[in-house]
Amino acid sequence: MATYDFLFNGLGLRGWCDGGKTSDAPVSMADLLAKTGVKEEQTIWNLPFPSLNELNDACGSMAQSRDVTKGVEDGFLAAKDALRFVLDPLTQPLSWILDFTLAAFEVTPWWIMFPLLMVVVYLASKSVRLVGFVTVCLLFLALVDHYDHAMQTLAIIFVCAVLCVLFGVPIGIAMSRSDRLQRITIPVLDMLQTLPPFVYLIPLIFLFSVTEPKLYGIAIILYAIVPVIRLTDLGIRLVDKDVIEAADSFGMTDRQKLFGVQIPLALPNIMAGVNQTIMMSLAMVVIASLVSAPGLGVLVLRGIRNLELGVGLVSGLGIVLLAIILDRVTKAALNRVNAAQKQ
Amino acid sequence: MIGDAAVTDNVKISIRNLYKIFGADPKAALQHVLDGTSKPDLLKEHGHVLGLRDINVDIREGDITVIMGLSGSGKSTLIRHLNRLIEPTAGQVDVDGEDVLAYGEEKLRNLRRQIMSMVFQKFALLPHRTVAENAGTTLGVRGVSKREYLVEADKWLDRVGLHGYGKHYPHQLSGGMQQRVGIARALTSNSPIMLMDEAFSALDPLIRTDMQDLLLELQKELHKTIVFITHDLDEALKLADHLVILKDGYVVQQGEPQHILLNPNDPYIEDFVSDINRARVLRVRSIMTPLDDSGVPPEAHGEVGFDDTLESMIARSGGDTSHSYVVVQNGKPVGTLEMTSLVRALVPRIASESGARKY
Ligand SMILES: Nc1ncnc2c1ncn2[C@@H]1O[C@H](COP(=O)(O)OP(=O)(O)OP(=O)(O)O)[C@@H](O)[C@H]1O
Ligand SMILES: [Mg+2]
Repeated sequence: MATYDFLFNGLGLRGWCDGGKTSDAPVSMADLLAKTGVKEEQTIWNLPFPSLNELNDACGSMAQSRDVTKGVEDGFLAAKDALRFVLDPLTQPLSWILDFTLAAFEVTPWWIMFPLLMVVVYLASKSVRLVGFVTVCLLFLALVDHYDHAMQTLAIIFVCAVLCVLFGVPIGIAMSRSDRLQRITIPVLDMLQTLPPFVYLIPLIFLFSVTEPKLYGIAIILYAIVPVIRLTDLGIRLVDKDVIEAADSFGMTDRQKLFGVQIPLALPNIMAGVNQTIMMSLAMVVIASLVSAPGLGVLVLRGIRNLELGVGLVSGLGIVLLAIILDRVTKAALNRVNAAQKQ
Repeated sequence: MIGDAAVTDNVKISIRNLYKIFGADPKAALQHVLDGTSKPDLLKEHGHVLGLRDINVDIREGDITVIMGLSGSGKSTLIRHLNRLIEPTAGQVDVDGEDVLAYGEEKLRNLRRQIMSMVFQKFALLPHRTVAENAGTTLGVRGVSKREYLVEADKWLDRVGLHGYGKHYPHQLSGGMQQRVGIARALTSNSPIMLMDEAFSALDPLIRTDMQDLLLELQKELHKTIVFITHDLDEALKLADHLVILKDGYVVQQGEPQHILLNPNDPYIEDFVSDINRARVLRVRSIMTPLDDSGVPPEAHGEVGFDDTLESMIARSGGDTSHSYVVVQNGKPVGTLEMTSLVRALVPRIASESGARKY
C-alpha cells in the first residue's frame, strides 16, 4: 500500500498501472531496505514528495528516477559512437601537438631551457628584476627535483594557451561584429564558466580514452578559452566610437580597420583575457592530472592518494610559483601595452 | 574671404531636399514630416527623431562654409551626410556634380580617401601610433608606403607648427597640439574638401583663437573647400564666407554672415546676434553706401578700407558722428560711409522674448 495509490485510483488509472510490467531498472538499496523494514504509520507530517520513485510505488507503470539517469546514459552511449566518429579525427592533431611539445620540453636540456625562458621573460616584460625572480624560482624547482614535472605542466599550458588564443580571438572578433552571434555565444560561455571543472571530465572520459593527451587538452581548452573570447569581444566593442568613425571617414576597409585600429586598441583587454586564460589553464592542468595529464598535478595527486604530506605540499608550492611566474610575466607584458596606449 | 581672387562661383557640394529621420521606420515617419509634423510632435507621437528637414545648401569651391546651431540642431548629422557616414532618409547630395548617394562601396571609399577629409571634435587620433604615423594615416589607407607617407606627414606637421614632434605619441601632446595633428592628418590626404566638426570646441579660448588664425592662414594658401561646424557665433563670423544657421534640423537662415548679422530673419537668430560685439564684427563694406554717379563727395574726412571693422572706424573718427569717409577697395573709391549710419548699425538688437534663450 503506497502513499499515492489514491491518486491513480481516483483518476481511474488503476488498470493501466497494474497492466504495465514493473520497471526493469535495477533495484536500489533503499528499495530492498524498504521491503524488509516495517512500514511507518502515514501522517501528514511525513508525507513524502510525489517524486518519481514514490509514484512508481503506487503505480508500476510510472518511471523511476533510475530510469531517468539510465536514459541519459543510454542516450549518451548511443550518441557516443557517432560523436566519436566525428570528433576523434578532428581532435587528433591536439594529441600530436601535446605529445610533440611535451617531448620537446623534455629533450631540451636544462642548460638550454633556462636561458631560453629567461630570454622569453625578458622579451615579454623588459624587466630584469622579473627575469631574476623567475630564475630563482626555476632554480628552486630544479633543486628539489621538480624541474621535469614543472616543464611538463608548462608545456601543456603553453600548447593550450596558444590554442585558446588562436581560436578565442577570432571567435571574440566575430562576436563583436554580430549581436546575434553574441546572443547565442554568451549562454554557452556562461555554461562553460560555471560548470565545475570535474563535470567537464565526465563526458570526455566516455568519448575519448583516458590514455590520450587530447582528453585533458580539450578539458583545459574548453575551461580556459572563455576569458579570452569574452575580453576580445568586450575590448573591440569598447574601442572609442570616435576613432572608428575617423577610420571610416578616411575610407579604411573593414580589414584595415580591424588590424589597424580595432585589434590594436583592444589589445589591453585581449591581453587581460590571455592572462586569465593562462591562469585558468594552470588551474585545470592540475585537476586534469586525474585523467593522466602529466606534470606537478600528478605529484599533488600522489600526495592526496598516499597521504604523502611533504610531496603534496612541495609540489603545491611549485604550482604556486609557476602561477606567480606566469601571472607576473603576462601582467608585465600587459602593462607595457597599456603604457604605449595611454590616452 | 569675400573679394579673395580664389573664390569662384563653382558649387562644389550641393545638398538638395535632404531629410534624415532616426528611428525604426524612417520612411513612414517621413510622410508625417512632409505633412508638417514638428520635431517634438514626431518624437512624442511617432517615436522618431527628426534629424534634418528639407536642407538645401550650396557649398562653393574655395569657401569656408560654417554651419552653426545649438546642441542637437543637427550639425553633426548634416556634415556626416556629405561623406555618407550617415545615410539620408530622402534627398540628394552632389559633389562635383555627381550624386554621392548613388555611389557603390568602391566609389564611396574613393571619395573618402581622395576627395574629403575630416577633422573631429575629440581629435580621434590613434593612441598606439606616433604623431607622424597618425598624420600619415590618410595616405596609409590608400596603400602609400610608410616611408613615403612619413615624408608627406612631416611636411604638414611642420606646416601646422609641430616641427619635431613626429616621433611623439598623441598622449604626450596637449589638446591644441593634438588637434593640430588632426588638421595635419586631414591636410596630408591632399583632398580638396575638408570637413571640420566642432574642430576647435574642445580647446580653451586662447588656443582656439590660434587655431582659427592657423586655419585662415592655411586657407589663404590652399583654397580648400571647408565645411566648418561650430556653435559659437564669434567663431562662425570670424571664419565664414557663407553661414548656415540650423535649428531643430532645418535651415533658419543662410547667407553672407554680415548680412545675417544686420538682417536676422528669426527671433532665434536675433537672440544669437544680440550677444555679439557688433563693432568688432561688422565691416565697412556691409554698411557703406555704394558710389553713384555723383562721384566722391568733397566734404569727406578721409579714406577708409573696404574691409575695416566698425571698431577701427570709431577710433579713427574719435567718436564724432558728423564725419563721413570715402571707402576704398584696391585703391579705387567704391562707396561712402556716414558715421551716423555706422552708429545706427550698432544699435543693439534686443533679444526677443521668444528667442533662443528658452531652448
Ligand atoms: N543615431 C541617432 N539616433 C537617434 N537620434 C539621433 C542619432 N544621432 C543624432 N540623433 C538626434 O539628432 C539630432 C541632431 O543631432 P546632432 O548630433 O546632429 O546634433 P549637433 O547639432 O551636432 O549637436 P552637438 O552640438 O551637441 O554636437 C539630436 O536631436 C539627436 O538626438
Ligand atoms: Mg555634433
